This record gives sequence, structure tokens and C-alpha cells, in this order.
Amino acid sequence: MSDFLALITSWVLWIWSFTAVQSVALLVGLLVIIAFLLLMDRKVWAAVQMRRGPNVVGPFGLLQSFADLLKFVFKEPVIPAGSDKIVFLLAPLATATFALASWAVIPVNENSWGKWVISDMNVGILYLLAISSLGVYGIIMGGWASNSKYPFMGALRSAAQMVSYEVSIGLVIICVLLCVGSLNVTAVVNAQKNGLGTQMGMTNSFLDWHWLTLLPMFVVFFISALAETNRPPFDLVEAESELVAGFMVEYGSTPYLLYMLGEYVAIVTMCAMTTILFLGGWLPPVDVAPFNWVPGIFWFLAKLVMVFFMFSMVKAFVPRYRYDQLMRLGWKVFLPLSLV
Amino acid sequence: MVTAIFFYLFSTLAIASAAFVVLAKNPVHAVLFLILTFFNAAGLFVLLNAEFLAMLLIVVYVGAVAVLFLFVVMMLDVDFAELKAGFIKNAPIGMLVGGVVLAELVALFAFKGLAIAPGKIAAAAVPSGLSNTEALGQIIYTKYVYFFQSAGMVLLVAMIGAIVLTLRHRAGVKRQSIPDQVARTTTGMDVIKVPSGGYTIPAAVKAATVIAKPEPAE
Repeated sequence: MSDFLALITSWVLWIWSFTAVQSVALLVGLLVIIAFLLLMDRKVWAAVQMRRGPNVVGPFGLLQSFADLLKFVFKEPVIPAGSDKIVFLLAPLATATFALASWAVIPVNENSWGKWVISDMNVGILYLLAISSLGVYGIIMGGWASNSKYPFMGALRSAAQMVSYEVSIGLVIICVLLCVGSLNVTAVVNAQKNGLGTQMGMTNSFLDWHWLTLLPMFVVFFISALAETNRPPFDLVEAESELVAGFMVEYGSTPYLLYMLGEYVAIVTMCAMTTILFLGGWLPPVDVAPFNWVPGIFWFLAKLVMVFFMFSMVKAFVPRYRYDQLMRLGWKVFLPLSLV
Repeated sequence: MVTAIFFYLFSTLAIASAAFVVLAKNPVHAVLFLILTFFNAAGLFVLLNAEFLAMLLIVVYVGAVAVLFLFVVMMLDVDFAELKAGFIKNAPIGMLVGGVVLAELVALFAFKGLAIAPGKIAAAAVPSGLSNTEALGQIIYTKYVYFFQSAGMVLLVAMIGAIVLTLRHRAGVKRQSIPDQVARTTTGMDVIKVPSGGYTIPAAVKAATVIAKPEPAE
């Protein structure tokens, strides 16, 4: 009996430690990728404005993000005297944690070894929606706890903005789910193996993916994703010309770093969601010889970087929306459009 | 064993944070504890293999309803001294309500006994081969479709009622008239004056309100 218990315990521990190792591997990979995507964001922005961008630390400035990390960590955190200290420090933690938690259900590949995902739960898409809607708490808590005017304005704006655009994101996701018939994230990708292209007699290719059959939804999702992650042109939450830096005014050093991290993780999550829902996840663009030799994770990352490049370009050349225009777009244009 | 550990973790945290919702001095802290309670309730749903309900609880209550709570509570300027003064005055009524609920609970347990242990009421079995999302969908849209639809109607009526009660048209508010403002005319783009109220500008008014019309080049 005790042998049996020991066996069960060791088995449970083994499963848990395996999941833990997987999670750590995913997190490290994700954070390194984000460090370079952050640099890419700044480089693209600089290139559009005919500047060089960061180019001092390391070759082509490749190590800039790591230098920034060290700088923030070694700074002294300043907590305003009038702030609510616990909530003030909890807010950036919440942002970073919620942002990272959504990666538990994002599958990056599927091959003979199985699915490359930490938790293949059957309500994966709902989980993603739920976790992405929690991102707003970090902002509201930070804005309120700072006990200062600009952060509070930023928090109020973000609450209204993120709740509004979540509705249209949810409806777009429902639209995709109706085409797939499952809430499982892996099933969403596998449903895109066959589609419009194969019906016309072609081999499995990028014409099968949802972006073509659901093109209007793809556009709505992309713009709503910009708004949901507070990216320009919807960055009214931290609009530097009106609110200095919005909810982040009072933050510095490591708490600020956590905010930045959470924000970029949320952006990359949205890119991954776009990839999975509309761009066929890890499926190769054309299922013929040289393309399907490449491992699926490469295609997944390539698509993710491509969507992120679109995010950067939008940031570089679209002016910021006015707040009432933002709300009008969300409720009067996207909501009816995604309902249709 | 692992399930039991998580059950006690979630239920202890849920009860503790629910208590702090009432005990917290600061209303914003109370709402944050309420959100923690929702989270733990969602955790309990997951332990019952009801992932769909757990996710809905988070999406609807934590993601939307609690944000609005927090929004309103943050905007209210709560005077703590005034609240404390009211505490003494309202204490008898509060204690009366609490006492009635307590008496009801005691009476319930006295008649039924404590046999309602969690293990006795097993979670309803999901038909084999279906995830609980599909099982729920099949039941809602077949057996309970009228209740489901009428619940939807009640919510719709409530929403329309709230809008009707609060919508006010103020005079003199200027709104954008995007089609008129960005439309190209024979002379290129005109700067037009949008009258207050309404989105569409009647043609006659539009012709009259065009200002700074450039002369066409010879």
C-alpha cells in the first residue's frame, strides 16, 4: 500500500516537475523573443522616421533591451507618499502575471511528439479571452493607487476603452469558433488545414486559413487588438501629450519594468492569437516539399513576427485617435460589423 | 489528494476574501477582495470539471462587471467619517437582517442535519464523449430553450429601460458629421460648419454653412 502511494506521489511529482520545466522553458524563450521584438519595434519606428534607432549597445544595438533591463532593475523604486502602497506595488505585478498566464494555452507546434502546449484545455479560447480581459486591472489599480490626477485619468480611460473593445474581440472570436466548432486552441489551428483553397482543388496552403474566408473579421480583430493592448493609435491611456504617461506617471525602476513587460507580453499574445485564429498557427504556407520540412514552430514564430511588424508600422504612421472617436469606432462601427 | 488540497486552498481563500469584502475600510479594497473571491469561486468550478462555467465567471464577472464596480467606486468620493457615523445608526437594522439570515441557516441545518456534505452531491455527470461546453449547449438550446430565450428578453428589456431612463439630449452639443466633413467637393475639400445636434446636415443648410470656399483656379 505504501509502495503504491509512493508510486502515485512520485508520478504526480514527475508530471508536475515536467510541466514546471516546460513552463520555465516557454517563459525564458518568450522573454528573450520579447527583448528582441522590443528592439525591432523601436528600429521599425526609427526607420519610418528616418532615424537610426538604438545602435550603441552590442552590434546594431542588439543588446539594448538587456541594457534597459539592467538599468531599470538597479534603479531605486520611488513610492509616492500619498499612494496606497500595497495596491501600488501589486498593480504592475498583476499586469505582468496576467499577461504571462495566457501563454499556458497557446500551442506553438504539433508533431509526432504531440502538442507543444503547456495545458491543452478544451476551453482554451475562453481562457485566453478571460485572461486578456484581466489586463485592465493592473492599469486601474496602478492609476488609482498612485493617488494623483494624470494616472487616475489614464485609468478611467483605459477601463472604458478595454471593456469596449473586448466586446468586439469576443464577437470576432465567436465568429471563428462557429467556423471551427470547438473551443480548443489546437483544434482551431487544425481546422485551418482544409478550407477555401482545398475546395478549389489546390494543395493545403495559406488560402485555407481563416484570414481569407473571414477577411472583415480579421481586420476588425487586428484593430481591436491594437485598442485592447493600448497600442498607438489607441494609446490614449498613456498619451504623452495629454496625460504625461497616463497610469505610469508615478512608476519607476522595477515596477515600471514590469508594466512594460506586461504590455509587450500582451501585445505578443495578441499577435499569437491573430496567428492562431486567422493565419493557421504553425501550418506551413504551402504544404509542399521545401516548406513542410521546416519545423512548425518556425512558421509560428515567422507569422508572429510578421503580425508584430504590422503592429509596429501602425504605431509609426497613424496619428492618435481622439477619445470620442475611439468610442464611436468601438461601439458604432466594430460592434455592428462583427455582429453582422 | 491534490484535488483536496486545492479545494481547501480555494475555499479558504474564497471565504477569507469574502469576509474582507465586508471588513475592508476602503471601498476600493473591498472591490479588489470581491474580485479575489470570484477567482476562487472559478477555481472551485474548475475542480468540479466545469471549466466552461469557470471561464464564464471570469469573463463576465471579473472581466466586465467588477471593472464597472471598480470604475464607479473609484469615482465616488467616499467620506470615511460619514460612513462611520452611519455605522452606529444603521447597526440595529444590519444586525436584524444578519440575525434573520443566521436563524434561517440554523433552522435549515437543524431540520436537514449536516448530511449535505460536499461529497454527497456529486457533480452532475456529463454525457460521455461530450465536453461540458457541448453538454451545456445541448441542454440550454433544447430542453430549456424557452427559459433561455426569455432570460435574454428580460436582459434586453432591462438594458433598453436603463438607456431610456438615463439618455438625455442636451441642446447645443456639437457632434462630428464625418461624411460631410471629409467629403470632396468640386473645389476640393471645404471647411464646413457643423450645426449643433445631429449627424447629418440637410443639403440646404450645408450649402449655406460652407465657409472659406476657395476660388477655383483660373
